[in-house]
This record gives sequence, structure tokens and C-alpha cells, in this order.
Amino acid sequence: MAGTAALAAVVALSACGAKTNSGSTSDKAAQADTSGDTIKVGLLNSLSGTMAISEVTVRDSLKLAIDEINASGGVLGKKIKPISEDGASDWPTFAEKASKLIKEDRVAATFGCWTSASRKAVKPVFEKNRSLLFYPVQYEGLEESPYIFYTGATTNQQIVPALDYLKSQGKKKIYLVGSDYVFPRTANKEIKAYAKANGMTVLGEDYAPLGSTEFSTIANKVKASKADAVFNTLNGDSNVAFFKEYKSAGLTATRMPVVSVSIAEEEVKSIGSQYLAGQLTAWNYYQTTPGAANTTFVKAYKAKYGQDKPTSDPMEAAYTSVYLWKAMVEKAKSFDPEKVKAASDGITFEAPEGKVTVDGASQHIYKTARIGKVGTDGLIQEVWNSGKPIKPDPFLKGYSWASGLS
Amino acid sequence: MTVILGQMFTGVSIGAVLLLIALGLSLTFGQMNVINMAHGEFIMAGAYTTYVLQKSIAGAGLSLIVALPVAFLVSGALGALLEWLLIRRLYLRPLDTLLVTWGVSLMLQQLARDIFGAPNVQTRAPDVLTGNITVIGGDDPLTFASSRLFILGLAVAAVVALSLTLRLTPLGRRIRAVVQNRDLAEVSGISTGRVDLTAFFIGSGLAGIAGVALTLVGPIGPTMGTNVIIDAFLVIVVGGIGQLKGSVIVAFVLGVLQSVLEYSTTVSVAKVLVLVAIVAFLQWRPQGLYTVRTRSLV
Repeated sequence: MAGTAALAAVVALSACGAKTNSGSTSDKAAQADTSGDTIKVGLLNSLSGTMAISEVTVRDSLKLAIDEINASGGVLGKKIKPISEDGASDWPTFAEKASKLIKEDRVAATFGCWTSASRKAVKPVFEKNRSLLFYPVQYEGLEESPYIFYTGATTNQQIVPALDYLKSQGKKKIYLVGSDYVFPRTANKEIKAYAKANGMTVLGEDYAPLGSTEFSTIANKVKASKADAVFNTLNGDSNVAFFKEYKSAGLTATRMPVVSVSIAEEEVKSIGSQYLAGQLTAWNYYQTTPGAANTTFVKAYKAKYGQDKPTSDPMEAAYTSVYLWKAMVEKAKSFDPEKVKAASDGITFEAPEGKVTVDGASQHIYKTARIGKVGTDGLIQEVWNSGKPIKPDPFLKGYSWASGLS
Repeated sequence: MTVILGQMFTGVSIGAVLLLIALGLSLTFGQMNVINMAHGEFIMAGAYTTYVLQKSIAGAGLSLIVALPVAFLVSGALGALLEWLLIRRLYLRPLDTLLVTWGVSLMLQQLARDIFGAPNVQTRAPDVLTGNITVIGGDDPLTFASSRLFILGLAVAAVVALSLTLRLTPLGRRIRAVVQNRDLAEVSGISTGRVDLTAFFIGSGLAGIAGVALTLVGPIGPTMGTNVIIDAFLVIVVGGIGQLKGSVIVAFVLGVLQSVLEYSTTVSVAKVLVLVAIVAFLQWRPQGLYTVRTRSLV
């Protein structure tokens, strides 16, 4: 018994000794391992399960950015060493793996998560351990965590512009279809508030469990509603089943367009452009977005992963997030999360989507909204953009109709 | 009106999918009393067979037709192998069988992940099956999805083939004899071991056919089997163990019930209500809709 206690004490002591700050105790935040000539970062994505269709591409894109940074000398003279963990499309697994990355691997920052459910699951882990997460996907807003940087769009950079676009096209009656978890439910709450204030009607609202593949009834309901457009917040490969049923029900993009906020180039490829041609998407980046930075990014990605691989918005946001972290670390001259956060305001990067700027107060970034149309070649062509980067407003404070939301 | 008819058709088509995934199980679980938890993975094997064939044969239509017999053979062979290697040694030990086949199911899932990768994959449906057929034209048309009609046809064909095999062929007679009284069948000169193997081959092969049909509905992935296996067991238990007609009726009743409830409520609420209905029904008839009357004492 005494032997075990002694052993535990030795282990605890040696663990402390390895840390840069030897004064840390168990209740204090886990500290990044900054010894040696490499710096570890965590990549936390679903590499299996229903979300793998989307999240594997984000992991690949993160690795591309890390390779590029390492080739040009690393961060503060240290090469980045990525540690990849599989969240397996399962939210408790995400929390468990996040904890492992922070406490065992002692990473300097973590990049990843796709669904808001997974982000909500890891949020307390990052906050408790005071470690940074860079979240690269559009989401429903109404959230600010001191330890999360959001490099995807928040509501007023994606969903609100998409609704503005529908309104300008004269689409007044809409039907909402989504997966049954936090993002679609919150997004639809915001959409309903918008519709009420803008003279639009929401004819129906349906949710299917994440991973569900039985959509014939929902397609029938949508068809019977005779809506002008469908707002789709389905995630993962439920989209495959939904668009197959949509086409089978005889619904087309000209008759009743679907605006999707979670379908990018990679998903178009998996679902099949024959089901999606003509449908609308709302993002901040497409593979076809013009600009030298994007040309370089697309070329580098294809060279690394294959000529048939498309690039997409979440991949771009993930790629950008690594460079933003690098710039913050270099400005702070430290890997310490608190110093990195303090240095974040006003950091800019010439991203493939155009120049992005970090808003230090909300830890979101300025992004240009773009509505696109899926082509028969599987690529998405921009049909509208907001002209300039939109200031992130995660709590929709600038919109009077959103005052009742929380 | 067209909405109601369209929704009835949806219910029937959900029933057809349920029937296809449960049909093989009605033979292995219903007739032979083997609780095979790996049945869902035989469905998955059928689906991946379709995927592989589509990669190697150009033309979505041809590969789908070729996939039907090939998936039957692939899944049937997997099933026969499982019977011969493991289940054979565990007859009359249902709980051990359950655990062993569950383990096999996990191994097959991992095998699929290693071979085909963890992300789900899709097949292209042939163009004839992506559209729909207009039944009533006009302003408010009633349309039936062609892929669903194909699945319905497939389900009907599979049921007819299975019931004719059981009723008319010498093999079917032997299977029924073994189901009704294994000892008596054995003393009458029937090789029960061989009958078990063949029945398991056919039951697992039917799971392969179901896998081909499921590729027309949704994505193909390592865990697709676990998503359908519960539904399959529900159909068999409610239908009455050992009775084909019970499974057929229950599959369609559950399908229509699901679609009607889903239309008036939501997906999740409909699932709950269907399960409540099943529990209530089993309180009333614990042995299911139909039962086999035998003279055996057990």
C-alpha cells in the first residue's frame, strides 16, 4: 500500500518536472509542452461514422497547412507536430479525446470539431483546462467561449445573408428541414424570427435524427406544402438520402430550390451532382472563388491529395485557422493561450476566401458571405456575395428581430 | 387525397425495406432459433458488394442486376461459414450464440472499415431508378419513386421465392421438418446438420439482397447493419417466430404506421409511438401475431 503511494508520488513529481512551469498543481490548467524543437497541436475530427464524409477533408486540410508552415521554418523556430484523434461522430468521444490531447499530449492548441454538438461537448474541457480550440465550421451563433476561436461563419455571415438572398428572389414561403441536434434547432429558431420580421412564412419544420436515411415522408411533406424554397440544415450523409428522395418526389431546383448550409464541394461529390445541380448553398468560400491565394491553395491541396479532390469552405476555414494561430503566436512570442488570445485582435491573413481579420473581442473573424449554385460538374459557382467582409455578430445584437433569442 | 395516397405508398415502401431486411432473419432466427446478431453485417456485405461491382463494372444498371446474385452468394457464403465454424457448436445455447455472433458482428464491421475506409460510401443508382412514375397526373400529381417500386418488387419476389422453396421443394420440406421436430427429423434420416447449413446460407443470402436494395436508399457504411438489425428483430418477434406470413403482414403494418405517424408528428415521435404500439401488442400477444403449433414439449 505504502509502495503504491510512493510510486504515485514519484509519477506525479516527474510529470511536474517535465512541464515548463514546475509550479503547476493538479487543479491548475494543463500546460502545453514547449520543451524540445517541436510543438504539438491536436487535430480532433470524426474519421469514422456519419460525419466522416465531411470531417476527414478538414483533417487533410489542417495537415496541408501544417506541412506548409513546417516547410517554411515552423512557428517560433519550432516544427509543428500534429496529433490526430478520431471523434468518431460521437460527442462524448470528442470530449474524451479533447481531454487526452490537452492532458496527455499537452498540445499548444487544438484544431477541429464540425457539428455544434461536438463543439458543445468539448467546450467545457477546453475552458476548464484553459487550452485553445480553433473551430473551422459555420455554426448557429449565440456562443462565445474565451478558449475557442471561430474561423467559420457565424449566423450573420451565412444564414442571415442566405435569407436576405431568398427574400430578394421573392421566395416568401419556406420549409425547414434539419438534423435533430443543436445547430439546426437553433438556426431554425433564428430563421423563424427573421421570417416573422421580414414578411416570410415558415410552412413547416422537420427534423430527422443525425444519420437517418429514411426521408420519403419528409419529401412528401415538403412537396405537399408547396413552399417557394427549402432551407436545409441537415448534416452528414443524411443529405445523400434526402436529395435522393427529393428528386424521386419530382421536386427540382427550378420548382423548389433548396438552400443548404452544410453542403460544400466534397459533399456534392459524395451525393452526386445529378441530384444537386441547380441547388443553392450558402458559404464564405468556394473552390471557384477568384484570387491568387485560392489558386495556390487549390493547387497545393490537389498536389497533396489527388487531382479529383475538391476544396471546400470548412477546409479553407481550417487551413486559415492554422495560419491565424501561427500569426497570433508570433505576435505574442509565446505559446501561452492567454498571451495568444491577447495578441489575436486585428491579426490578418490573406486567406483563399480573401483577406480575413480576427475580431479579438468575439474571437470570430470577418468574412464575406457568398451564395453559390451547384453546377453539373460538381463545382459551386458564386451567384451573389456581400461585397465586403461582414463583421462577426454571434449574438445578432445588430438585428432587432433577434432580440428575443438566446 | 394524393397526399394520403402518396403517404400510403411511402408506408408500403418502408414496409418493403423492413421486410427485405427481416426476411433472412425469419429463416435463421424464426425457423432455426439462432439469434444472429451478425445478420446486419451480412446486409452490409451485400451493400459493399454492390459498391465493389459498380467500381469494376461500368454502368449502374448492369452492376445493380449483377449485384443481386453476387451479393446473395457473398453474404450466403459468409453466413454458411459462420454456421459451420461457430454456430453449429452452440446449438441449444442461445445466450452464447448471441454473444458470439455479436462479437463476429463487431469484427466484420472493423473488417469493412479496414478494407473500405471508415467514411461511408455511395453508389450511383441507374438513371431509370432516380426518377418517378406519375400515377395520377394533373395539377396535384401523385408520383411513385421508381427506386421504391424496384425495392417493393424485389421484396415481393424474395418472399414468393422463399415461401415456394419452403412449401414445394424437398429442401423446404426438410427445413420445416427440422423446425417442427429436430429429433424426429433426424431419426427419419434427415441430415439436420446439412439442413441447418443450407438454411443459414439462404437466410444470410437474403440479407445480401437486402443490402443491395439499401444502396438505393442511403449511404453504405460499416455501421449500417447495426442501424437496421433492431427493426429486423422487431418484425420477426411481432410477426411470430417461425412464421413467414406474420413477418410479411407486420413489416407492412409497421411501415404504414411509421409513415402515417411521421406525417402527422415528427420522425422521433413516430418512432416512439411505433415502439409503444409494439410493446402494447406484445403484452396482449406475447407469442406474436402467428405461432407454429407443434407437438413438441418444449
